[in-house]
Amino acid sequence: MANGTVALEEKSFYEESTNRWNKGILAWIFSTDHKRIGLLYLYGISAFFLVGVLAGILMRLELIAPGKDLFEPQFYNQLFTLHGVIMIFLFIIPGLPAIFGNFFLPIQIGAKDVAFPRLNLLSWWIYVVGAIMALISIVLPDGPLDTGWTFYVPYSVRSGTNISLAIMAAFVLGFSSILTGLNFITTIHRMRAPGMTWFRMPLFGWSMYATAWIQIIATPVVGITILLVVLERYFGIGIFDPTLGGDPILFQHLFWIYSHPAVYIMILPAMGVVSEIIPTFARRTIFGYKAIAMSSLAIAFVGYLVWAHHMFTTGISDTSRIIFSLLTFIVALPSGVKVFNWVATMYKGSIDPKPPFIWVMNFIFLFSIGGLTGLVLGSLATDIHVHDTYFVVAHFHYVMFGGVGTIFFAALYYWFPKMFGRMYNIKTANIAAALYFVAFNMLYFPKFIMGYMGMPRRYYDYLPEFEAMQQISTVGSWLMGITMILIFGSLIYSMKKGKKAHKNPWGGVTLEWHIESPPTLENFHEIPTVKTEPYDFSQLKEMDYESK
Amino acid sequence: MSQSDQAITASGDHGHEHRDDIGSKMGMWLFLFTELLLFGGMFLAYGYYRYLYSDEFHFAATELSTSIGTLNTVILLTSSLTVALAIAAIQKGKKNFAIFNLVVTIGFALAFMVNKYFEWAAKMHHGIYPGADELLAKSNGEIIFFGLYYVMTGLHGLHVVIGLVLLAVMLVFVIQDKITKDKYVALENSGLYWHLVDLIWIFLFPLFYLIQ
Repeated sequence: MANGTVALEEKSFYEESTNRWNKGILAWIFSTDHKRIGLLYLYGISAFFLVGVLAGILMRLELIAPGKDLFEPQFYNQLFTLHGVIMIFLFIIPGLPAIFGNFFLPIQIGAKDVAFPRLNLLSWWIYVVGAIMALISIVLPDGPLDTGWTFYVPYSVRSGTNISLAIMAAFVLGFSSILTGLNFITTIHRMRAPGMTWFRMPLFGWSMYATAWIQIIATPVVGITILLVVLERYFGIGIFDPTLGGDPILFQHLFWIYSHPAVYIMILPAMGVVSEIIPTFARRTIFGYKAIAMSSLAIAFVGYLVWAHHMFTTGISDTSRIIFSLLTFIVALPSGVKVFNWVATMYKGSIDPKPPFIWVMNFIFLFSIGGLTGLVLGSLATDIHVHDTYFVVAHFHYVMFGGVGTIFFAALYYWFPKMFGRMYNIKTANIAAALYFVAFNMLYFPKFIMGYMGMPRRYYDYLPEFEAMQQISTVGSWLMGITMILIFGSLIYSMKKGKKAHKNPWGGVTLEWHIESPPTLENFHEIPTVKTEPYDFSQLKEMDYESK
Repeated sequence: MSQSDQAITASGDHGHEHRDDIGSKMGMWLFLFTELLLFGGMFLAYGYYRYLYSDEFHFAATELSTSIGTLNTVILLTSSLTVALAIAAIQKGKKNFAIFNLVVTIGFALAFMVNKYFEWAAKMHHGIYPGADELLAKSNGEIIFFGLYYVMTGLHGLHVVIGLVLLAVMLVFVIQDKITKDKYVALENSGLYWHLVDLIWIFLFPLFYLIQ
């Protein structure tokens, strides 16, 4: 393997442009380099994430005491819708695939770029257009949408706010997601380096592959659903309008046929990142490689067939409720397979608890709570009790924020030295991880209890008996805000001022750790020939890495 | 791996001049798959409402002109043949025959849209369009039928227009020799798209015009 000393005229991708502009913003926003595109996504998505966090903190602030504190109820409704739409469509769906998938998938399979670099740039532009549409819908005179991020009819047809523009933004963002998925599937099929067989592919690649399939299979369905709502608003075609013979429940089916698989678009890449980080820091090959790879595909497949568990209280037949409940339990199995394999990987490993690993520990704890409470919601009898309460909100945030959000940071801390060539302060990162754990549980755990006691979700006001727990949750949101400032502050500082990172600071063995930090434009001097399985740590002896 | 050997990478200074015809076609097939699912949502809605309002659907369908529908079916099917002929011609290096077939295909596409225009115009003239008083006076099943009719044939029509533009661009490329005997995957992909437009129509035609 090439080591760092070869670099004579080595330029990183930061210094070499792919288009006719050498420097400046145009060299970035029209670049077809997968790494630059990944970073463009990183900056955009992080910015939207922080806006979403701010909306969340404002919501919690309104809930600090019963009755009106700061805003009118209408503004509160718009706030939680904004929070949901931004977090779902602009942060968490594109988050891991578009940032880390773009940056690392080609490198990990030994390719110079994705299969369709220009299409990749187009995906980013479509993302930008969608984001701008969403932003415009906030400032136009009729005000931001107030339906919740699920846009349920009939209210989304009746509401006077800027529904059409906002949901068309979701349509456009879906297009971006489809093109990214299509690109990644083709990349994985066609661009693997010689010797990189399917079962020598890193597990992040497998999870991206499963994710890309869901993006392709599920997203068009929400596309047509959104189009139908817009047409319903403008022309009154009647398909979702009960006064004209339409059925609003059909909307819910079509919506969840996409939006349930979409949660696997969010979580699968995160699981892939976990499968990368644990072997690196346990210095041990992954336990049950094939089981983890196949469980990604199993989740993608079964996850497509569980959508109606969002609709247990809509009056669908008992037969379909029982079937969907059963399928929901089945989809928990492959997730369990993964968790047990991760734990087994750590067993008797030589664990080096660096920040990425600590973040993964956060993930396993939070995601397990989220996953197990999902079973409470998946079983018919208990779901009736906690349906549409804070219990659901808590479950959702434990799996989405505690799962995907946590791994977003884990991935950032893991690959930061590779992406920017600089290292962050380890101690700050550890403090942030600990603070995050406390803030997270303070913010969301009381919601399980409140939900169980009957506090409905999305309400502007609440009974006095919930006051203490609402306040704990609100204080938790402040702590979370501080954690975010700490994380982003320290990382942005390190991007510029951090000390130079070793090209393999963690002792990882997948292909990205064989190349320079930051990588060169074409990633590899020559396309590598892969001879081993992905987590074979015996090769570490011949590799250049930073030892403790 | 034999697969990666087939990928031809240009030896220029940029790694991005990468050409992989099999990959391009795979990407196109995946895209067509998403199109099928887009229409799939509509077909699902159609199936559901057909089950719910079978009598009204039966009755409403008699309002549609089977002859115009049949004519458009013949037009689209023939245009699929001509686009396939254009691809076969370019593979054999017969540029002029390819151009001829592409022009004919585009002509068929225009004819389809003209027919569609007259068909829709006649319906609207009779007050059958979403929101019209005449339509609202009818039963719920009929309102839904025509709602679906406009949305599904409209969405299909939009795809015909996109296909038409795509084929026109391909025509220019063939004339400019950007598509040649050795490099025709773009035309092949456009042809695939055109076949998809055809395929969707094959299902729309019986569902709206024939089942009465």
